[in-house]
Amino acid sequence: MSVLGTRVVRIEDPRLLTTGATYVDDLRIPQLAGAAFVTYVRSPLAHARITGIDVSAAAEAPGVVAVFTANDLDDVPPPPADNPLAEPLLAKDVVRYVGEPVAMVITETRAQGEDAVELVAVDYEPLDAVVDVEEAAKDEVLLFPEAGTNIVAPNGPEEFDDAPFAECEVVIERTFRNQRVAPVPMEVRSAAAAWDGERVTVWSSNQNAQTTRMIIAGGLGVEPDKVRVITPDVGGGFGAKIGVDRDTVLVAWAARRLGRAVRWTETRSESLIAMQHGRAQVHKVKLGGNRDGKILAYRMDFMQDAGAYPRVGPLLANFTTLMVPAVYEIPTVQIRSKVVLTNTTPVGAYRGAGRPEATATIERLVDIFADEIGMDPAEVRRRNLIPADKFPYTTATGLVYDSGEYVKALDRVLEAAGYEELRAEQERRRAAGDTKLLGIGLSSYVEVTALDFPNGETGRVVIHRDGSATVYTGSHTQGQGHATSWAMIVQDQLGIPMDKVTVIHGDTDAIPVGTGTYASRSLQVGGIAVHECAVKIKEQARELAARELEADPADLVLDTDSGAWHVQGVPGTKLDWARLAELAGEDGLTADVHFKPSRPTFPFGAHLAVVEVDTETGLVRLVRHISLDDAGPLINPILAEGQRHGGIAQGVAQALYEEMAYDAEGNPVTASLADYSMISAAELPSFELLTMETPTDVNPLGVKGIGEAGTIGATPAVQNAVVDALSHLGVRHIEMPATPERVWKAINEARGSEKRAAQ
Amino acid sequence: MKVTITVNGKETSAEVEDRTLLVHYLRDVLNLTATNVGCDTTTCGACTVLLDGESVKSCTVLAAQADGREVTTVEGLAGEDGTMHPVQKAFHEQHGLQCGFCTPGMVMATVSLLKENPRPTEEQVRAGLEGNLCRCTGYHNIVKAVLAAAEETA
Ligand code: FES
Ligand code: FES
Repeated sequence: MSVLGTRVVRIEDPRLLTTGATYVDDLRIPQLAGAAFVTYVRSPLAHARITGIDVSAAAEAPGVVAVFTANDLDDVPPPPADNPLAEPLLAKDVVRYVGEPVAMVITETRAQGEDAVELVAVDYEPLDAVVDVEEAAKDEVLLFPEAGTNIVAPNGPEEFDDAPFAECEVVIERTFRNQRVAPVPMEVRSAAAAWDGERVTVWSSNQNAQTTRMIIAGGLGVEPDKVRVITPDVGGGFGAKIGVDRDTVLVAWAARRLGRAVRWTETRSESLIAMQHGRAQVHKVKLGGNRDGKILAYRMDFMQDAGAYPRVGPLLANFTTLMVPAVYEIPTVQIRSKVVLTNTTPVGAYRGAGRPEATATIERLVDIFADEIGMDPAEVRRRNLIPADKFPYTTATGLVYDSGEYVKALDRVLEAAGYEELRAEQERRRAAGDTKLLGIGLSSYVEVTALDFPNGETGRVVIHRDGSATVYTGSHTQGQGHATSWAMIVQDQLGIPMDKVTVIHGDTDAIPVGTGTYASRSLQVGGIAVHECAVKIKEQARELAARELEADPADLVLDTDSGAWHVQGVPGTKLDWARLAELAGEDGLTADVHFKPSRPTFPFGAHLAVVEVDTETGLVRLVRHISLDDAGPLINPILAEGQRHGGIAQGVAQALYEEMAYDAEGNPVTASLADYSMISAAELPSFELLTMETPTDVNPLGVKGIGEAGTIGATPAVQNAVVDALSHLGVRHIEMPATPERVWKAINEARGSEKRAAQ
Repeated sequence: MKVTITVNGKETSAEVEDRTLLVHYLRDVLNLTATNVGCDTTTCGACTVLLDGESVKSCTVLAAQADGREVTTVEGLAGEDGTMHPVQKAFHEQHGLQCGFCTPGMVMATVSLLKENPRPTEEQVRAGLEGNLCRCTGYHNIVKAVLAAAEETA
């Protein structure tokens, strides 16, 4: 029986549970013995000119090995002259956000670094800061005066065509915010570097060793083969550890300059202000439809707050753009976007990266539309969802949705939730004047995964003479359990038991080419590469076995239960993998595959959230969350569920609790976990998960990505539930996060206007 | 100053700065790196260990405060022969960990929670773990693991 699809507990766990993982800061290896410690001096102002830096006092402090500023970076390639928006390694003339690195202090111990950074005297001449993205788009305060504008990547038409809306019976116009959140991997950013002659090894907490290598080589001005990157265990990434920050490049640089190993691990507060943030979009939207529930026209005109440097801002806006039409068949879709610089921490990928934002907005609008026409929101969805017989479906943005059963997903969630009973209970509480109201929120979603599809991924499988196998993969785990999945794939194909399969990733010497883990790509690209390697090995083995047993290759069969080959009908004479590896001789039994899918894939699903809203305090409590997330066949249901759970929690967190906030001067006001309301176990119920497996034809296992599904589906379901609880009072929208204050205000405003209307 | 602390049953001793935190004593002096640091504000619980059998956040305890006392970290939980503690086993079986960063702290907090309340309800587990943050698991399987461990040990 195939191991695929069975509930296999992770092979990586016992080590993590008994001796702990080995994150960068845990490394106690000879190359890092006696390593000096880096502490960054970070800008306390959001926008200022640096007029002088005096490092003399710091240089004299106990344990200080060196203090470096931008002026010391004379041996690295200058920022490209044709890119005025380039991010310097250390700020030179101007700082553009609180937390931007200005100088680095290197000390014998971490504690000495904390003392010494206080002694670096930086003279700042404050400049006007612009924090709000809509303000920034006015270009009154410029982050890069030489560029002449804060707008980086405008896209879409100058003028919109209003005609399609003119024909609609109902038109809704709104502005929604998708607030800025912090990814908060529990392991903060961390790196270490040691040079051995001309070559540096960098250990980095990162989602992709190979990209990190290219960026470090580029930053230092050395050839990539002079850089080896190792990513040991990584304590979560969620998109924020894809790509490598200048803080890490500088660690490698300082080790070179000092001729000594150097290490760095930021504090949580540093992480909250200096590691990239996510989301941060403002959507101006217009939706038109008829009273029969049909949506006819949809427009989104949006801004992506990129923070102080563009980084992947334009990419995020593109992802949102692609997903604007979502799960619905809408005749007219109009989109325009601007990526805008502000004096805030740069924004980058965060679980879903641009796609949750698109879903959150249309799912909110569908509910408002339903309210407007007096139809149940589930019914409005049903009337507009792309029907199952329309797949593959080409969207207004040119994507080809591979496969989907959107109506079925929604109906199954409604049924499992007991939708009718929930509505009755909601009514009952309203009628009784209960102060704890029930809200029921829905979302239907589709997402695009493996968006980088033309990159493909590297896989290599080697069979050893003891019958064991080693798998090399260019993808990367930050807790997703790839070692278990990849071993399952090998066992399924070759019959080599999982405990004899070792999976290696995250070392550029072992795997020079790789793309890492993001956009839920790993299984469907990296996993398939491993699968294809195993298929290739089987073909090699078939030939070898045929020669050895003097049979026709076509007559050979592999018994995957025992992991041995025999001639069809002659099970007595067997060749196991150890023997085959031996027969393969010098070259061994090895397969290399770079698998490139032809297209991305489109997982989908539906979520239903039930909340209780306390009308006296504004407090919202999530009481149930039911989700169906369909990402095709599941290789290991346990792992898929884990991904969904984590995603749902993050999605709920965005709807109800989390926001990375700034004051008007650009000071972050949520710069520690004491202020940033990261969601805990106490705020959540256990989740109710439903499964459906609609395969894709993009790869031989039919699999899609599951990593971001929960985040995308959960946020709008919960936000809709909060508004739904209060809709009978006339509340139509509450911005995220739906904090008690916001909810309480919405209730009071609605009651106020009711009173005014009555007068 | 000099401190002497029994860690996982073994007496350890070292000269430390007055300000040295217990977590740094464990990680940097003893090289017991399973206990992690996740915040600067005693909020995340990644550094949870047992001090004389009670759970503490070792980033708020000075090494000096642990002088002469007993500390247990996740490294000291499994049996001599490597058999996992029922809490570790439950986390494994229920997939209560992903990246593993919060895990040592979660496991130690759970051990202490179950000592105080051997048969907690789901709600009590959730309230009891409020001070331990996990970004990966959505807590769902952690709660399941705690309940399973309670079942196992009760
Ligand atoms: S590191 Fe101790 S509570 Fe976060
Ligand atoms: S398992 Fe990653 S933070 Fe909990």
